[in-house]
Amino acid sequence: MGLALTSILVMALLSLTIGVADMSFGAVLQGQVDDALILLASRVPRTMALILTGASMAIAGLIFQMLTRNKFVEPATAGTAESAGLGLLVAVFFLPTVPMLAKMLLASGFAIAGTVLFLRLLDRLPRHQPLLVPLVGLMLGGVIGAVATFFAYQTDLLQYLGIWTTGEFSGVLRGRYELLWITGGLALIGYLYADRFSIIGMGSDVAITLGLNHRGVMWLGLLVVSVITAVVVVTVGSIPFLGLIVPNIVSRMVGDNLRAAVPWAASLGAGLLLFCDILGRVLRAPYEVPIGTILGVLGSAVFLMLLLGRQSHAVR
Amino acid sequence: MPSDRFAQMALPQTGQAPLDRARARVLILGALSLVALGLFLTLGVPGGAWGFALPFRAGKLVALVLVAYAIATSTQLFHAATRNQILTPAIMGFDALYLMLQAGSVFFIGAMATQDLDPILKFSLEVIVMMVFSTGLFLWLFSTQARDLYLLVLVGIIFGTLFRSLSSFISRMIDPNDFVVVQGATFAQFNTVNIDLLWISLVLCAFTVPVLWLLRHQFDVLALGRDTAINLGLPYRRVMLITFATVGLLVSVSTALVGPVTFFGLLVTHLAYRLLPGARFGPTWIAASLVAVITLVGGQAVFEHVLGFKGTLSVVIDLLGGLVFLTLLLKGAQR
Repeated sequence: MGLALTSILVMALLSLTIGVADMSFGAVLQGQVDDALILLASRVPRTMALILTGASMAIAGLIFQMLTRNKFVEPATAGTAESAGLGLLVAVFFLPTVPMLAKMLLASGFAIAGTVLFLRLLDRLPRHQPLLVPLVGLMLGGVIGAVATFFAYQTDLLQYLGIWTTGEFSGVLRGRYELLWITGGLALIGYLYADRFSIIGMGSDVAITLGLNHRGVMWLGLLVVSVITAVVVVTVGSIPFLGLIVPNIVSRMVGDNLRAAVPWAASLGAGLLLFCDILGRVLRAPYEVPIGTILGVLGSAVFLMLLLGRQSHAVR
Repeated sequence: MPSDRFAQMALPQTGQAPLDRARARVLILGALSLVALGLFLTLGVPGGAWGFALPFRAGKLVALVLVAYAIATSTQLFHAATRNQILTPAIMGFDALYLMLQAGSVFFIGAMATQDLDPILKFSLEVIVMMVFSTGLFLWLFSTQARDLYLLVLVGIIFGTLFRSLSSFISRMIDPNDFVVVQGATFAQFNTVNIDLLWISLVLCAFTVPVLWLLRHQFDVLALGRDTAINLGLPYRRVMLITFATVGLLVSVSTALVGPVTFFGLLVTHLAYRLLPGARFGPTWIAASLVAVITLVGGQAVFEHVLGFKGTLSVVIDLLGGLVFLTLLLKGAQR
């Protein structure tokens, strides 16, 4: 754990120093106003946004996998993120003047509805086919995404569609990312209720036998996952695969007890996102490769390894 | 011919009635596609503009018919070879693989060099690379028989995501000035067809028709599965190779002409399977191609000239196809 936190700290410092504009810590300490402005208005918000998003998306993925009792799903590929995007489009089109917080609330509402729809579909699937769950999720996401594309095309909002389909942190500035702190609070709730989510992961029968308010905890988890996803989609765009691969790695390291897994997921998620963003900024400097693209390549490759590797272990 | 006698023996005594019905349905589909072609050419042409509109639309029409044929045929071949009716080359991201190869060639050779190449030569090279790539990948994925279907479908979809992300990654790595050369389209545009490649595409598609027609009975045997096919004396590996290479070729043609269309193939082949239940490869192939022409050409005519929705037909097709896919999954799970 100490090692993980140290490497996050190092990467965070690195993330503060990398950028197109010239800025050095020495100059900030000497009282250079320009350098301090770059640091406080651009670099610090960007780094904070990366840490918050990475940690909370990983936790959202962890809780989502407990709620669905399936290791191959995550909110960003199971309809939640697409629903949030659709909600954002609807808000932009019908209520263009309301503040960002209200748009985010509408997006959250859509995200909750999309997640409930997904869970309803899952009830109709046989338990012995675990791979059907991510498939249905991907397709549901695709259908909702197609509805959003059609809507965006007809209302000339295609550029908004681009904002949430590819996650990117280059637009993060002071004053434009603060909503992400909400995800920090939600992630904390996820940690406090970690034991209950672990029990949910054992199935409703076990949970009810153990005296858990199954419905209540399901709804809490749903709320946490959907709102985290919606906030991330609204502020930086969809972050694919992070919520899938981080929980899988963590579960191999420390098992499925969420109380132990949540801190690990949070730090690995933040570290992975910092790493990918730094990579995106360095690879093609002074241009940037969006983080959604890098995670798309990295995440789908890891996901394929998880799927095909599982076959050779012959465990179900 | 012995194979025909075998076919008649296999049919029940009253087998003539379904055959007639199938023939009638194919004929109706043919008539409907002619109507669609006519509508596409004539709908909403302002008086006096015929001299301009007809040749202009005819070029687009040929391209759309080629795309319809290519997608329907590649999907059905893929279904026969992989013995499933859910996965399609487009869902497996083979259109994205084509776009990735295109972006990759600009990245490695440079935009100037790729632009200096004759477009037809460049396209032919891309098609060959694509055929090699897709055949290799298919053979690797489908070489083990015991893989469960849902795993294959999921792996296929994730491969699609990987190819799409890689192609957008490569196009980001290219110099922004070269970026225009690669058009990283996220969805297909049926009203802006790439006319330059029309003739070479026409030749390639025309070449596949007699080959596939001669092999149509072999595809029926192929669909029985590897062991049965080998038992029946089918040169299994060779037919698989031909199938996957043809799929690669047809996917290149359709992607080069209009761009990626994810669910179109699934939609039209399943309509054909419904219209001709239990039919062999040959009739189903004709029906699927005709259904594809009706949907694409007729749909585009109605969308463009009646509803005024320009360029959104592909989105609607993807929406419907996605719903079909979801229903197939849920239905297959209940069984």
